[in-house]
Amino acid sequence: MPPYDDIPAAEITPESLYLDRRRFLRLGAAGALGALLPAAAAGCEQPRRNAADPDAQERPDRPTSYEDITSYNNFYEFGLDKGDPARNARTLRPRPWSVAIEGLVAKPGVYGLEDILRGVTMEDRIYRLRCVEAWSMVIPWRGFPLADLVRRVEPLPGAKFVEFQTLYDPEQMPGQRSRTLDWPYVEGLRLDEARHPLTLLATGLYGRDLPNQNGAPLRLVVPWKYGFKSIKSIVRIRFVERQPVSSWERANPGEYGFYSNVNPDVDHPRWSQKNERRIGELRRRDTLMFNGYGDQVAQLYRGMDLRRYF
Amino acid sequence: MATRLKPVVWGLCLSPLATLAGRGYLGRLTANPIEYLTHQTGFWALVLLCATLAITPLRRLTGWSWLVRLRRLLGLFAFGYAALHFTIWLAIDRGFAWDDILADLVKRPFITAGFAALLLLLPLAITSTRGWVRRLGRHWLWLHRLIYLAAPAAALHFFWKRSSKLDVFEPVLFAALIALLLAARIPGWLHHRAAATRS
Repeated sequence: MPPYDDIPAAEITPESLYLDRRRFLRLGAAGALGALLPAAAAGCEQPRRNAADPDAQERPDRPTSYEDITSYNNFYEFGLDKGDPARNARTLRPRPWSVAIEGLVAKPGVYGLEDILRGVTMEDRIYRLRCVEAWSMVIPWRGFPLADLVRRVEPLPGAKFVEFQTLYDPEQMPGQRSRTLDWPYVEGLRLDEARHPLTLLATGLYGRDLPNQNGAPLRLVVPWKYGFKSIKSIVRIRFVERQPVSSWERANPGEYGFYSNVNPDVDHPRWSQKNERRIGELRRRDTLMFNGYGDQVAQLYRGMDLRRYF
Repeated sequence: MATRLKPVVWGLCLSPLATLAGRGYLGRLTANPIEYLTHQTGFWALVLLCATLAITPLRRLTGWSWLVRLRRLLGLFAFGYAALHFTIWLAIDRGFAWDDILADLVKRPFITAGFAALLLLLPLAITSTRGWVRRLGRHWLWLHRLIYLAAPAAALHFFWKRSSKLDVFEPVLFAALIALLLAARIPGWLHHRAAATRS
């Protein structure tokens, strides 16, 4: 794999090719899809398997358009309206970029983005993204498993959680001048969640570099959790013993929990999480437990009361 | 004066709707058109409610008694946008899923407040005709004071909808404006009452 920056434009998979994948999805031809996608991703790319949903066969997951994915964003660092990030994020300078790895690891340090990306295998994975506000998209990410990075920095035995931080720089992120949240944005995962093969560090979507409004140059993607867990424009990854307090938890502990797993049975206090609007569709869809990734992740939460640990 | 201004008021009240139609035609209703339409119609319902409430204080301030002849138009447009807002939610957003809708009405305070505001405005819209004004006589004035409840309920609806997002600038602005417009009536009432006691 050449350095990520150096891929000639001609070698980047055109959007139309991605969109063609929907044909495979529609046919439910997991085998054909498996040839296109790495094995880990193939398992999550089958049509909705929820037998209780009579729509399952008629309403497969289709990638949301690039236009919609890049113009409808919650990224309060650039404004509160969903159109604001696309309008305002050009002030972000995603290169050069470095990420501080801190805490209970054998190899802490400030790593340049190139160093982090050197030696990882980039993968294209199509994931559902379910926002806590009850809308959803299907996004073809490009990235690599967070587990690869975790392994390389060698967590010490005391490390139980991973805390992530977004850049704090009101010059580049004008939304940080108003105290809508307690900046910088902080998120966290349990170490086993961070090591889960579905958990991705993304650097691109639709085969292109991440646009600034989508969290350039490096963001988390945790497809079975509400979208706000997938922290954008990461500059710090800290391995810790105690459970971190995420920004939304701090802002409103009654409404947002640390886990924030997609769960149609646990309502947000202000709205139901039973169903969702898929961007680009008219009729609402039923929301799936763990956003449809239960087969892969449910065992992480075995024995936990998901109403309490919401 | 009111007669001459009426076409202008019609134009102004229709312009948000025309803008939405234009944006719809051009495919510029954002990635989530239903949410955008819901938000816009709700926003303009609140603006027009405030405009309706502003007539009386403005008339006192300026002495332009013809202003009152624009009030019904503004009130009906406010109701129109509120009804559109509700219909988009009911029919398109929720797709007439009655179980979910009833659950929302009972369990979600912001939806309860919004629905209450609409219900309070409904009799006002119905009795806005000359015939009803005549039939109801002095009761008409009392009935139409329901707007003093509907407007705060609408502002509360907006505030509760937004408060979880820490993005309450607009709702707080509406609430403050409505509070100001209601408070502006107090001197008039006091004056009226004093005059009644004297006579």
